[in-house]
Amino acid sequence: MLRWILGGAALLVVAVVGFMAWRMMAPPPADLDLSRERPTEAGIYQVQIAPQIGPVVQGALHSWVATVRLADGSPVEDAQVTIDGGMPQHGHGLPTAPQATGHQGEGRYLIEGVRFNMGGWWELTLDISSPAGEDSVTFNLVIE
Amino acid sequence: MARVGLGAALAVLSACGQADFSEQEKRAIASLSLSALGELPHDPSNRFADNPHAAAFGETLFFDTGMSANGAVACATCHLPERQFQDDLALAEGVGTTHRRTMPLANAAYSPWQFWDGRKDSLWSQALDPIEDAAEHGFDRAAVAHRVVAHHREAYEAIFGPLPDLSTVPAHGSPRGNPGAQDAWRRLQEDERYAVDRLYANVGKALDAFQRTIRHQPTRFDRFADAVSAGQEPAGEAALTALETEGLRLFIGKANCIDCHNGPRFTDDHFHNTGVPPVPGLPEDRGRAGIIEKLLADPFNCLGAFSDADEAECGELRFMVTASPELERAFKTPSLRGAASRPPYMHSGQIATLEAVIDHYSEAPKPVSGISQISPVIFTDRGRLALIAFLKTLDDDLSDP
Repeated sequence: MLRWILGGAALLVVAVVGFMAWRMMAPPPADLDLSRERPTEAGIYQVQIAPQIGPVVQGALHSWVATVRLADGSPVEDAQVTIDGGMPQHGHGLPTAPQATGHQGEGRYLIEGVRFNMGGWWELTLDISSPAGEDSVTFNLVIE
Repeated sequence: MARVGLGAALAVLSACGQADFSEQEKRAIASLSLSALGELPHDPSNRFADNPHAAAFGETLFFDTGMSANGAVACATCHLPERQFQDDLALAEGVGTTHRRTMPLANAAYSPWQFWDGRKDSLWSQALDPIEDAAEHGFDRAAVAHRVVAHHREAYEAIFGPLPDLSTVPAHGSPRGNPGAQDAWRRLQEDERYAVDRLYANVGKALDAFQRTIRHQPTRFDRFADAVSAGQEPAGEAALTALETEGLRLFIGKANCIDCHNGPRFTDDHFHNTGVPPVPGLPEDRGRAGIIEKLLADPFNCLGAFSDADEAECGELRFMVTASPELERAFKTPSLRGAASRPPYMHSGQIATLEAVIDHYSEAPKPVSGISQISPVIFTDRGRLALIAFLKTLDDDLSDP
């Protein structure tokens, strides 16, 4: 009797036979770089991001602070920062249109209007423009 | 004897299923429980939102058929209290037939966007739209103002202060109404228009205060989730059957439902094109893409003259996506709480049964326009049954352990 029950339970586990949605189901890559401080692609800037009030919760509209420095560590005070992003495994963008709304001094830029409406792997891309040049950096975030 | 045997077998199956939850699955289950729902968010755009007198006045207005063209339509005509504040119809019936399915109201106040297309950014602003819609109440704001003066003066003034003098305002007038009402609206002085608009906004704010009191109640799933979170074996009214547990696993796992139907309200409050076909004969419905300009220009939005919020408190409106191919035919993710007992489904009631909804997600048809955000998922017959069994645990009227 018990074997029959366990066999039945095993069958239940395979109730769903196939999925074409493999990409969406896949967990984030194991080697995903989750660092919050990175150089921009061409190496013009060093950028650090931090949520204004942590931790980041799925669904809540919230703000980040991006700190932009030159490679030598000096803060960039006159940058234009634009934000883009999305979920690479889902193929969609951010649910909101975040904006850098103000420079807070010492290269710190407030980014308002960020929301992650789903759990999983998100990308946040910052395009930075200043007299030092145009460059961009993409951060990976995993939201539970 | 046979019944005892079957019961024991189900109990063992059920116990096996729960013991097997991974830590990630346990976190997902806990995240869906009503116990994880935070306090009702403060609404800075309506300073009367949590005023009990406003809620009581709002309840009166909710059932007031006097705010309609034919004297027979109230909010409660489509939002039936005994039916989860919806009407079981594919297309709502006011003074005419609308183009959309009535949405239930429980915990609607948690959502930053109202209506299937999110064309309103608060419940008070939302409440003003159906009253002037030609197919819903078919009324107009000047007539609402006169009705408040004639029938609700005491309740209104106790909350909002003295009513304006409307002696020079005609019986009907609105920038949205029929040509006669629009003409009358244009002929009003600016201060008269402002007085009517302010009164009209306050009617919405009272309706908002009432609707904030309409809340989800915990169901068998919540009792189950709370037991799992507490490390206890769900038993009695907290137990799920093996089939329901299997459906829950699919929901939070391979079927990807939780991507959009997440959190304690089972919605991400966002807009998605899922390839739901249009209804033949209805006008083109672009969903979110069709309302952005109207929302930004709405005098009753968070940034408008009748909002009590500062600009800094209007983040949803300030940082919303205003242009993207993803908005085309995108509609708001509905809550799944109570959904099992309120067919038909989708924004215009296109799909009659839960079985057919699952078929839709299995097939993931190409949308008539825009980009679908769903991918096909192939279910076995047992998988379909399991998902439906799980959805019924979110609805105590149907929950039958």
